[in-house]
Amino acid sequence: MTDTVRSSAPTGRIMPARDLAQIAIFSALIAALGLAGPLNIGPVPITLQTLGVMLAGAILGPRKGTLAVLLFLVLTAVGLPLLAGARGGIGVFTVSPAAGYLYGWLLGAAVTGYLTARLLPKYPFWPALGATILGGIVAVYLVGIPVMALNLGLPLVTTIGLNLAFIPGDLIKVIVTVLVARQVHKAYPGLIALPKGRREVD
Amino acid sequence: MSSIRFEQVGQSFGDRCVLRNVNLSLTEHRIGIVGANGSGKSTLVRMINGLVTPTSGTVTVDGLDVARHARDVRRKVGFIFTNPDNQIVMPTVQEDVAFSLRRRGLSPAEIAERTAAALEQFGLSEHAEHPAHRLSGGQKQLLALASVLVARPATIVADEPTTLLDARNARRIGELLHTLPQQVIVVTHHLHLVEEFDRVIVIEEGMVVADGAPAQALAAYRALLQ
Amino acid sequence: MIGLYSPGTSLIHRAPTLLKLFLLSLCVVLIGSSPNPWIVSGAAAGVVLLFLAARVPVRAAAAQIAPILLILLVTVPIQGLLSGWTVAALMAGRLLVAVALATLFTMTTTVTAVLEAFQKLLRPFRRFIDTDRVGLLVALTIRCIPLVSDIVREVFEARTARGTRGSLLSIAVPVVVRSLYAADALGEALVARGLDD
Repeated sequence: MTDTVRSSAPTGRIMPARDLAQIAIFSALIAALGLAGPLNIGPVPITLQTLGVMLAGAILGPRKGTLAVLLFLVLTAVGLPLLAGARGGIGVFTVSPAAGYLYGWLLGAAVTGYLTARLLPKYPFWPALGATILGGIVAVYLVGIPVMALNLGLPLVTTIGLNLAFIPGDLIKVIVTVLVARQVHKAYPGLIALPKGRREVD
Repeated sequence: MSSIRFEQVGQSFGDRCVLRNVNLSLTEHRIGIVGANGSGKSTLVRMINGLVTPTSGTVTVDGLDVARHARDVRRKVGFIFTNPDNQIVMPTVQEDVAFSLRRRGLSPAEIAERTAAALEQFGLSEHAEHPAHRLSGGQKQLLALASVLVARPATIVADEPTTLLDARNARRIGELLHTLPQQVIVVTHHLHLVEEFDRVIVIEEGMVVADGAPAQALAAYRALLQ
Repeated sequence: MIGLYSPGTSLIHRAPTLLKLFLLSLCVVLIGSSPNPWIVSGAAAGVVLLFLAARVPVRAAAAQIAPILLILLVTVPIQGLLSGWTVAALMAGRLLVAVALATLFTMTTTVTAVLEAFQKLLRPFRRFIDTDRVGLLVALTIRCIPLVSDIVREVFEARTARGTRGSLLSIAVPVVVRSLYAADALGEALVARGLDD
């Protein structure tokens, strides 16, 4: 394309529409990554949906990122088969063993976004990695594991054991998220409003 | 026709100057704007409906300052973008057209009636309930036109509306732009699209370098390209 | 987008959405707290009858319930060893019944009906949530799914065409950048079409 769109100056008036569009697009991205099916990296199949959740927080920040995840969850709850494996409906939010992870995604996007906003504009690698692990893995499991234990009637320790197998894949996604966010925030500043000083609406 | 005036308009993003000292009065029925990539022509037309606010100078539409009355101006000026995919905002064809009629105090019956009429005009009636993304590229651009015209603007601004279309669909959109009763301002690289317009403006490095009848202005542009 | 909805005219299809939601939650709570294997088996039989009455396609229903079976395959043996086989069977039974009921609700209720029901449930919170705006965002997102799916597909195809297996990064960066550009363009279109006017 030509000399188009980036030129739209983010004046006060058009920010809300642009925010709305970013929220909808990232919500759709989480869905699209689930529909794309798992990707084989070496011998390991990786489900990309949770990558989308981590990216939402790290790219859009706490408010827009969490709203994008929330919107995705609403679409799933009303019956669109958008979860990886074409699942959806209210069952996956209530009685399913994995229900907690979905709420964990919300917390995860909020935590990742909150911490990322504090690391910008520098976004140093190691702190960013820590922030994304806290949001993308710790926060998600913090909600996910107790709900799984509850819905399956298993002891907490056993449930934690069952989840260890997913940690390596999650770590790969965290690293990818940080590397993508580094490049994107450099090339495309202003996606996340800085917490102090200029208080634009995030 | 609306009267669109640019007075001493300048625009820079950071230290990159995109437009400088533009003075124009646009009153003709059909106006073409041509220029190289990056010449500033897309930015120029985005000022007409307030998508971009100039860093200096003013743009007015029928005397209304766009920067201060963007809402009223946007009711007069409809905008067609290059990529039809990016301007469809609702899931189905019908909903997308109806979106333009939100918040206008119309009854649901009026909205349905005007939507149906707009779809009819562009041959999209049978697709009314189809998902908009399943339309062909040409149909999507027709949908964009329908969605803009349903709001009954006085002026249509189109930013390279045919660039992403195949030859046949480009011709169809071109023909439509030639027959619309509304004032039409078209940015394009397809020079033949504007050959029979009332006026052509050539933009080069952020400045108006030629302005006049198509034959003369396009000749000046072709000379620039040599 | 019809989602998981499976069209039909049964009583279950026609029942009011809020009533279905209420009955669903009631059943899940009652069965979930029942220690009696007979009640759980009875409920299971009842659910099978409901599925028969609704005439939803078996395959589509199975696809929603199958992932739970996979999880049970791992957890039931663990549970059996930890707390006895009766408890394990009871838990598995309750879970299957609940998931099946929720699936039945989703398969017999249109997306629009569920959205409307949610909006009704949100009504008391009107002061905090602009339901119009939410509805708009939901529709906008449904429209964006094919848009972003195209971006993802094109980036995957480009990766295959280059023949490089490429890293996950070589996919994620272009997908995110192109998505952000699409968001910019979409935002412009929303403004041009009077979203906030």
